Formats: sequence, structure tokens, C-alpha cells
Amino acid sequence: MISLSERPAGANSNLFLETPFDRKKRRTQSVAKGLFLLMTLLMVIPLILIIVYLFYKAFPVLSLDFLFTNPTNGMRAGGIWAAFLGTIYLVMISLLVSAPIGVLAAVYLNEYAKENWLTRIINLAVVNLAGVPSIVHALFGVGAFVLFAGMGRSILAASLTLAIMTLPVIIAATKEALGAVPMAFREACWNVGATRWQTIRRIVLPNSISGILTGIILQVSRAAGETAPIMFTGAVFYKAISEGDVFAYGLFDQCMALSMHLFTISTQVPGVPEALPYGTAVVLLGTVLVVNTFSIVLRIYLRLRKKW
Amino acid sequence: MINRQRLETFAEPFIEWMIRLCGISAIIFVFGIFFFVFREGADFFFHKLDLVEFFTSPEWYPTSVSHKRYGVLALIAGTASVTLLAMAIAVPFGLGAAIFVSEFCSPKLKEAFKIIIELLAAIPSVVWGFIGLTIMNELIIDLFKAPIGLTVLNGGIILALMSVPIIVSIGEDALKAVPDSYREAAEALGATRWQVVYRVLLPAAKNGLLAAVLLGVARAIGETMAVLMATGHAVKIPHSLLDSVRTLTATIAAELGEAPVHSEHYQVLFLIGVLLFSITFVVNLTADLIVKGIRQE
Repeated sequence: MISLSERPAGANSNLFLETPFDRKKRRTQSVAKGLFLLMTLLMVIPLILIIVYLFYKAFPVLSLDFLFTNPTNGMRAGGIWAAFLGTIYLVMISLLVSAPIGVLAAVYLNEYAKENWLTRIINLAVVNLAGVPSIVHALFGVGAFVLFAGMGRSILAASLTLAIMTLPVIIAATKEALGAVPMAFREACWNVGATRWQTIRRIVLPNSISGILTGIILQVSRAAGETAPIMFTGAVFYKAISEGDVFAYGLFDQCMALSMHLFTISTQVPGVPEALPYGTAVVLLGTVLVVNTFSIVLRIYLRLRKKW
Repeated sequence: MINRQRLETFAEPFIEWMIRLCGISAIIFVFGIFFFVFREGADFFFHKLDLVEFFTSPEWYPTSVSHKRYGVLALIAGTASVTLLAMAIAVPFGLGAAIFVSEFCSPKLKEAFKIIIELLAAIPSVVWGFIGLTIMNELIIDLFKAPIGLTVLNGGIILALMSVPIIVSIGEDALKAVPDSYREAAEALGATRWQVVYRVLLPAAKNGLLAAVLLGVARAIGETMAVLMATGHAVKIPHSLLDSVRTLTATIAAELGEAPVHSEHYQVLFLIGVLLFSITFVVNLTADLIVKGIRQE
């Protein structure tokens, strides 16, 4: 690529002197580096500005009251309590379904599966499940849970739809956590006569629990933010519940949800004061970002105190 | 103690059976999704659907009283235009950012950027849609003196911002997978970092980078709420960046609530779902095969 023959012959043929070729090379290098830095910053800076702007616009309504009062006056005033509680219900129930299935699926892939076509197909299915558009998950929820299983539009149907949608998140994180447990741990356990499942329960799972937790936290953030899958399976525009009652929803009730509420008041209801949708957006965004940050902090902490 | 041991011996086959069942659950769900979505639209598919009209007619009048027409060409054009614009922005920026983070960054800065990119990926699509509806909408009206800011341009930029994190993180993985000995060999020959990137890393990681781009495309095609809110609602083939469009995903989201259950309209919406499922399935499969190809090398 760079040979001595490319240096100008004759002139001053000191090997260590910078030739025009070297200078050009160096200049291209700094131009390239600057350009890539610019590209990265162009992605990051507008985003931070947008988030600051959202907070600025939402400032007039942000208070604890906003969180704990119901929407009033046809959703043109009041807070977001019913939507906030609905989101918590949806997230928790979907978590109860997807966490055990996801963790066991990852255990299978990491501890039991052999290198064969079945494993290959399972991995492919996980990738594809993660890639299915959210609105197709919604259609699946309508077809399978609302109509076929006869659940109707309910919290249960919406949660199950969310659970299947977020399954790949848990599988991927758990697989990584299990894979990080050294093989020697398992071998030591087998050597004292433990069975496969005993090894998994007593050695592998306890040593990877924090990594699994990271995946579960990510699932929470993902499920809290989704709108399309719950739109037709259980979330409604408006539902009156009593304020302060955390057991206000039943499994077969319909519910409000934060993400759906943001969609509704910003596109479907005319005459909403400007700060309200901004406030809702900030609460939703804030929740998701806090949950994610928690997961990142946990991961960094784990990496620091890793013993093996 | 003995009882507990016996219990565990009995429980073990049951637990292992559960683990195997959960293991294949992903396959069951993928087939289940296809089956249940197709099942709702099957009646229309087998008895009334004219495939040629479906794919070549831009006339989407599902609620017309006299003559219902179900042509999805305009919707496909909507999805294609928004996705193409998004990729035109996201691919150079995403790959540029991936190269910067992977090759030109100090380790601390790299860690910081990766966290920011991860948070960027976590922003819910409805919040992106809201940003498109408010901030981007006003910006486009001001900058281009357009009558309405909910356009291909708006949706494309929002989708680009949403796809970039995927492209960056998978692209960075692909670059990381290139052995360090390649870099060392090139630098020992006197190559600068840029030359290493351009002549050595890009050719070596091209499959992984292609997969990153494909996954970005899949995300852009499948995105629903953001395009529903940011692209306006005009079922037509766009002629400029400042035209409003409607995508396949947005059509389902906008109309499913109003279509009577099991009506023709309802069934066609499910068939659009099958179409979307097939498109993203093929794209994801291709990306996966490309990545697997690298590992085998």
C-alpha cells in the first residue's frame, strides 16, 4: 500500500522527513476522524436538546398531583393516574408470564441444547420473534387471545400479547448471563454427583441471577413503552377508576395505559391544553429512561465485582 | 432429607420437560403469530382476493358504499418512501457512528456513547411519534413553508433516529469481531487509522455491517406508532418529500378499531399484517444468514 518508491525520488530523501504523501495521509486521517465524530454528535446532541425541550414544555403540569389524579373534563384537565396504574398492571402481568418462560427457554438453549438443527431453528425463531412488527403482534393478540381464547379486550389479553412480544429480550439477556458462568463450576458440581437440574438450580442460576435481572428490567421498560400491541387487545381511551386504589383494575377489565393516553390526547381529543401531552410524554419517557439507567448501572456494578 | 431427595428425583423429569417446552416456545409463538393472523384473513384470501389488484392498485377505499376497493400499492409506496428516506439518513450516520465508537474513541468515551445509544434505543415509539407530531411538525412548517409538517420527510427523520441505535450497536459488534491482528498488521505497514478502517476493517466486516443495515430496515418497515403520528394520513403515492403518506403499519393501527369484526375490511387488514410479517421475516432471516456466514468463515 505504502512503498518507498512512492516517495519523490532525488530531492531530500531523508526517510523520516514528512513527504507530501505522508501529509495527505495525515490530513485524510484527521478529516475522517472529525467527520465520524461529527456524525456521532449529530445523532446525540439533537436528542438531548429534544428531551430538554420536552421537559421545558411539560414543566407547568409536572407535580405529584399530576401523577395521582384522574384525567377530568374529557381528558382536557387533571392527571394521569388511571393510565399510570394501567401501565403498571400491564407490565407486571406480562412480566409474570414472560419471565419464567424466557428464563427457562434460555436455560434450555444454554444448558441442554446440542449443536443441531433444532437449536439453530430455535435461535432463528427468537431473532424473528424480536423482529415481528409491533402491529402484527397486536393482530396476533386480537386473533389468538381476544377472539379465539375468548378473553375479550382485557388486561389479560393485552398483557399476554406484551409478554410474547418482549420474550426475546429476556431470552437474550438470560442466555448471556448463563453463558458467563464458567464451565468449571458446572463440572465441579457434576463431579460430586449432582444431576443436571440440581446443578442449574444450585450453581448456574444463583451465579447468573443479576444478569437475568438486567434482562427483566429491560423487559419492563420495553413493555411500558409499547402502544400498538395493547391498542386493540385491552387498552381503552378512557376508563374511570377510583383514585388512590391500587387494586382498581381486574384481570378482565379494560384499562388505560400511559403510552395509549399520550397517543389519545395528542391526536384524538381536540382542545387539550398544550402542557398535558408534554407532561404525559415526559412521565412515560422518564419512567423508561430511569428503568433503563437502573439496568445499566446494575450491569456496570456487576462487571466491576465479577469474581471469575 | 431423604424425602426431599426423593422429591427432587421425581420432580426432575417434570422440570426438564418444562424446560424443553419453553425452549421450543419461540418456534411455537412464531408459527402461532402467522397462524392466528392468517386465520382471521383466510376467508377473504381464499375466496375474494384478487392478488393482482391487491398489489397493483393504488386505490384503497375499504369503506366505500358503492364499490369497495382494496389496493395496497399506495400503502406500500408509503412504507417504501419513508423507509428509503430513513435509511438514506440512518445508514451513513449509523455506520459512521459505529466506526467512530469502535475505532476512534478512547475507552471511556466509548462507554459513554454506548450508554447514550442504548438509552436512545429505549425511547418508546409513541414518544417519537409525539416528537414528530409537535417539534418536527413545527420545524418543517417553518423551514419549508409547507402547509403541513406531517410528511414523508418528518416520518423519515423520526424513523432514522429510531433505526440508528440498532445500526450502531450491531455495526459496532461487527467491527469488534474483526481480529485485532488485522489492525496490527495494517498499522505495522504504516497505515493510519483511517486507512485501516477503509482498506481493512470495512472489507472484513462488510457482512456484519450489511446485517446491521438490514435489521435497521426491518425496524423501519415494522414501526407503527411513530409513522402513524408523524406522516399525516393521506393514502396516495408520494411525489415529493413534503407529501403526506400512510404506511402499511399505520393503516392497520388507524382502521382496525373501526372495522367491524370479520367484515371484509377487517380481514384485509389482517392480510396486510401477513404481508408485513412475511416482509420482516425475510429481511430478518437474510440478516441472520449473513451473520451466520461470517461465523463459519
